[in-house]
Amino acid sequence: MDAKRGDWVRIHNIILEAGQRAQNVPEDTQKVPLEMWVKGFLLDESANIGDRVKVETYIGRVVEGTLVEVNPYYKHNFGKAVPELLYVGRQARKLLLEGDEKDD
Amino acid sequence: MTKDMSYEAVMLRKGEIMKKAIGIDYDKYESGSIAFDYEKMMRETGYSLQEVQEIQRSVSVGNTPIIELKNLTKLARKLAPKGKGARIFIKDEACNPSGSFKARRASVSCYHAKKLGYKGVIAATSGNYGAAVASQAAIQGLKCIVVQECYDSRGIGQPEIIEKARACEAYGTEVVQLTVGPELFYTFLILLEETGFFNASLYTPFGIAGVETLGYEIAMQLREKEGRDPDAVVVTNAGGGNLTGTARGLIKAGALDTKIIGASVNLEGLHMASDIQFNKKSFTTGHTGFGIPFATWPDRSDVPRSAARPLRYMDRYVTVNQGSVFYMTELLAQLEGLERGPAGNTSLTAAFKLAQEMDEDQIIVVQETEYTGAGKHVNAQLTFAKENGIEIIIGDPSEEIPGKNIILPKDPSYININDIELDRIRKSYIRNAINHTGVRSVTKEDLEFLAKDTKTDVEFIKNVLDEFGVKY
Repeated sequence: MDAKRGDWVRIHNIILEAGQRAQNVPEDTQKVPLEMWVKGFLLDESANIGDRVKVETYIGRVVEGTLVEVNPYYKHNFGKAVPELLYVGRQARKLLLEGDEKDD
Repeated sequence: MTKDMSYEAVMLRKGEIMKKAIGIDYDKYESGSIAFDYEKMMRETGYSLQEVQEIQRSVSVGNTPIIELKNLTKLARKLAPKGKGARIFIKDEACNPSGSFKARRASVSCYHAKKLGYKGVIAATSGNYGAAVASQAAIQGLKCIVVQECYDSRGIGQPEIIEKARACEAYGTEVVQLTVGPELFYTFLILLEETGFFNASLYTPFGIAGVETLGYEIAMQLREKEGRDPDAVVVTNAGGGNLTGTARGLIKAGALDTKIIGASVNLEGLHMASDIQFNKKSFTTGHTGFGIPFATWPDRSDVPRSAARPLRYMDRYVTVNQGSVFYMTELLAQLEGLERGPAGNTSLTAAFKLAQEMDEDQIIVVQETEYTGAGKHVNAQLTFAKENGIEIIIGDPSEEIPGKNIILPKDPSYININDIELDRIRKSYIRNAINHTGVRSVTKEDLEFLAKDTKTDVEFIKNVLDEFGVKY
């Protein structure tokens, strides 16, 4: 059992299948489904990842979907080192000073 | 009775759903042809500047500081011909409760929703507006849902959009995340119908009235500080609301000679609804992928008539490349001690170059900054770009190809702007107005409306119509 009633979980749904996409979307998008994710408190007594479940969202809406994650959390961050950027500040500070030295 | 929830059926109910969710009868302002009474719509459905000021004061929105960027001005002057290099000021909108100017728009929408007795608000947005609505809804005690276009079909999310989702949840909002595609609107309509919540659209008169205070404050603060109006105000342009509201506010302050310059990040060649190209861009707003379509057809938004009409107010429209905006974001931190989010610095990048064209005694104002954080950061964006096969180069930004590389200027003299020919955009707008309304012949009222809506005159409109072979 991956989750029990009341656990904070994330569910997934297909809103439109690949063949049902709007006509005006580009070809690459036509080929894939429109998917949706939402989070909520599990309403089923217990469930495993991949089960169809019902959740109550934070504002109290009831949504049905496939259980994909328990206690979901954010993994975005400040990125890795970007050495390409390191010249920017040093160069600009030097440029700012250059003229001043001449003026003095 | 169970309602037909198919895509086609829900889209057909659009008008009915929207009327309930906004509470505006847009038909009242229609002429039956191309023209509609924009000012009447703004007057009757919106709030006066004074009312907006009171609403915003009650929720700690607005009255953000205006800061002179002395070091950036000095650097610009070193690159400019003698006697050139206007003073650059920035309006630090990151100081708003949710970290961007969008709090201004959200404050009026949420106040209005509360006043009308709605139990909650919904906004379709992947940008700062989500956090703004979530924050304002929390203040008003309203429930809130934000619908985001967030992931590609591999389930990989744009870091900046994921950060916005996190911020929304921090304010107690439900976030509905979708993969790429304009059918987001379908999900949005279903949610409006299901919940009966207010559509906190970016494009209602409330949303635009909320930004008017920004333009008004710029004029007032500069008069207090410098005893004069700005010569130019640069506005990052996407859906057009930021520009429209700011310009209207400046006009209401009587700053009639201030030039309004729109600036967007150039993403030419990238299709906004493309699954593959979705994560090839490093800016999720403030770019030409929104800026151009919304300027050439503002009524493509989620309301019948958009209150955001950028061509009405724009004097000039320029683009900058992605690499230069990241570079300027670094400079703002390194030279001015202001670490802010990259997307908001689009207008700053343009202003740095525009200042070099202007006289030393002139003033150019950059009208926004936005918060920075995980995901909404130069390093996060450049790391993500590399992971998606984008090459990061230090060189000549004019050679940047969106979706292929990002070129950081090798020194500040390489920062450049490209002018978008406004008459071309205006013509495209006129063509769209004719096509969308399907009129065979243009009325006298239409002529005057089109002239106003494009900041031109009736002669210009007549010439364009002659070119198109449309009668008037």
